[in-house]
Amino acid sequence: MIIELGHYALVLAFALSLLQSVVPLWGALTRDERLMAVAPPVSVTMFVLVLLSFVVLTGAYVASDFSVLNVVENSHSAKPLLYKFTGVWGNHEGSMLLWVLILVFFGALVGLFGGNLPRDLKATTLSVQGWISTGFILFLLATSNPFTRLANPPLEGADLNPILQDIGLAIHPPLLYVGYVGFSITFSFAVAALILGRTDAAWARWVRPWTLLAWCFLTLGIAMGSYWAYYELGWGGWWFWDPVENASLMPWLAGTALLHSAIVMEKREALKVWTVLLAIFTFSLSLLGTFLVRSGVLTSVHAFATDPARGAFILALLCFFIGGSLTLYAWRASTLKQGGLFAPISREGGLVLNNLFLTSACAAVFVGTLYPLLLDATTGEKISVGAPFYNLTFGPLMIPLLMAVPYGPVLAWKRGDLLAASQRLYAAFGLALLTVLVTFWLWGMEKVMAPLGVGLAVWVMAGAVSEILTRVKILEIGPRRAVSRLFGLPGSAWGTAVAHFGIGVTVLGVVTASAFQEERIETMRPGDSVELAGYEVTFDGAAPRRGPNYNEEVGHFTIRQGGVTITELEPSKRIYTARQMPTTEASIYTTGFSQLYLSLGESRGDGAVDVRVYFKPLITLIWIGCVIMAVGGGISIADRRLRVGAPKPARRRPADAVAPAE
Amino acid sequence: MIRSLAASLLLFLSLMAAPALAVAPDEVLDDPALEARARSLSAELRCMVCQNQSIDDSDAPLAKDLRILVRERLVAGDSDEEVVDYLVSRYGEFVLLKPRFAWHTIILWAAGPVALVAGLAAIFLALRKRSGQTRSVAGGTNARLSEEEERRLKSLLDGKG
Repeated sequence: MIIELGHYALVLAFALSLLQSVVPLWGALTRDERLMAVAPPVSVTMFVLVLLSFVVLTGAYVASDFSVLNVVENSHSAKPLLYKFTGVWGNHEGSMLLWVLILVFFGALVGLFGGNLPRDLKATTLSVQGWISTGFILFLLATSNPFTRLANPPLEGADLNPILQDIGLAIHPPLLYVGYVGFSITFSFAVAALILGRTDAAWARWVRPWTLLAWCFLTLGIAMGSYWAYYELGWGGWWFWDPVENASLMPWLAGTALLHSAIVMEKREALKVWTVLLAIFTFSLSLLGTFLVRSGVLTSVHAFATDPARGAFILALLCFFIGGSLTLYAWRASTLKQGGLFAPISREGGLVLNNLFLTSACAAVFVGTLYPLLLDATTGEKISVGAPFYNLTFGPLMIPLLMAVPYGPVLAWKRGDLLAASQRLYAAFGLALLTVLVTFWLWGMEKVMAPLGVGLAVWVMAGAVSEILTRVKILEIGPRRAVSRLFGLPGSAWGTAVAHFGIGVTVLGVVTASAFQEERIETMRPGDSVELAGYEVTFDGAAPRRGPNYNEEVGHFTIRQGGVTITELEPSKRIYTARQMPTTEASIYTTGFSQLYLSLGESRGDGAVDVRVYFKPLITLIWIGCVIMAVGGGISIADRRLRVGAPKPARRRPADAVAPAE
Repeated sequence: MIRSLAASLLLFLSLMAAPALAVAPDEVLDDPALEARARSLSAELRCMVCQNQSIDDSDAPLAKDLRILVRERLVAGDSDEEVVDYLVSRYGEFVLLKPRFAWHTIILWAAGPVALVAGLAAIFLALRKRSGQTRSVAGGTNARLSEEEERRLKSLLDGKG
């Protein structure tokens, strides 16, 4: 009965989304206040209904209700409680329900907190959001219903895929989806702007916090996924250029570009047409990611049920939303007036350069992901596109972009002075050069690229620091008064500096972990030791152990440095009983920002076992940098000046907010 | 990414009888220079039953066979190119994680650079068009006011005093 209630709530949400798709838009076009006023309560009600059906499904998982097909296929009564919760979205139907939940959540946010939006913009945006909800709720109901019942319930379920039985599943998909789906709001804003034929600085001001919010979550989601892959898969890689990873990287690249072009639009009224197009692209790439993952076009979706009907359905949705929005763009973009002239050397110019490199990189990843599918479909030829390809095509586009990062914030708007900007960056440049020389001196000439990479990372980090120091005029007014000025800096300036610093941190981690990694691969007997990066790793022996729903063989290792015991590590190999599936559990010791990574291989009999030991210098910086980036984004969102309706700007805002740009 | 994790793992785990690790100790060649070449070659070769994993990273039995094969060819005195050619002749171009630059992959390789050049061209054209507009706008303001405008200006100035 309760299960049917959840199903019914979803059907009801579908009916409301149809209403939402038509009525507020009709009201906006005919300037009927009553019709427009329908949008906010409906958006909130839709959220409540989808939340209800999500809670019902979660309840079925927690109670191990094996009369529900979805629970049978993905759960087990002996599964730990945490994974009963997270298992809800560890499968196709449940994860699509989460997708829709986040979609309507964002709709409800606009409905609740969009009070200072012009009424017609708000109504139209929510209508467009309604179209997306209609499409995806219908997709759930028609092809992926999580509430399907079984006439003869089995006694036990098939258990969740063991690789997904990890805290990573609790965090990674929700973060990633908030990022993915968060861009739907930007998309809806862009389409609404095209329908209403106006975008002004105020529009950019509304769009930017939503973009920032989605971007922060996407950044964290990607970082979390990368760290999960790193510790769970047992060979210490953290990015595989897998099509599914690329599917999340592409919206991130486009979203990062959008974030920057929205600044130009907000501050200088320039790049309007481009910003709208980027907003459409960003969400289109999110949809493409959903299609790639959910349709089964990639061989990698073997983990989830592949069903051609689902693929065709999502492809149709994809064509409708991307094709429709681009057609609307081609038709209506000319109605958006361009403003704000600027010289090539200026803050705007710098941001255009940023967009150029980010979108080119995005294009390279896009073609790299889709071309093999296309070639296979048209000629039957199979090719692989992996890390070595992206190192050659993606890498070179990132290097000039990173070199330019410190310049952006120090250039003036409209017309900048490259020489003056360079002077402000002398210290950063000197520090970077010094690092390159020191790294060369330490490591010799055998690795040419690595010291340059380290230098680049330091350049980006020092650039961000010097940007803040220059802003508080530390040289002119002395450190004491400068400190008090630090707190007076606007949040957006802090946000930029922090996020840019984060990129430098990530780059540093990437360079050092790939270039200076050390590894030992040995067959070890109890009592054997290996030396690596100054650590002595001793194998004490292996013993079996029983987990709640798995059996494992645990290796005991003692790590010593200079004869002193630092820690003990216990990598293991597990067999999950329900699926008889083996997994490798790596064991990691973090020291400073570096990590010692141990994983077990084949047992050789008489207690001997293959062991892989890695020392990964500064590898945690890769993910710490991402967290810093997201924090930077958060600081920028918190900047009161950027919030529409914040007391100060509100007094002069309404006038230009309501007036159309034409 | 969960999908990628799950997928890549499920795929090759299901193909595996017993879990093994990438590059087992017994595979490692005695000659460090040769082993280094084998490792860097392996990093560019795809484990064909895995999802975008090189044979250097993969645990699959097929990857192990390929790693041993690469080492055998190297010990036999093949150059890096000869090893790669041999593997392509046996397994097709699918085995290369970095596709060869040829007619059928030209779009693939060109996408990034072409996007960059096209973007640069678009920016250049937009700037030229814009500066053209500015000049004409500037020309307009510098032009003399019409009689009517002069009169209005005068009345405005007089009116404000």
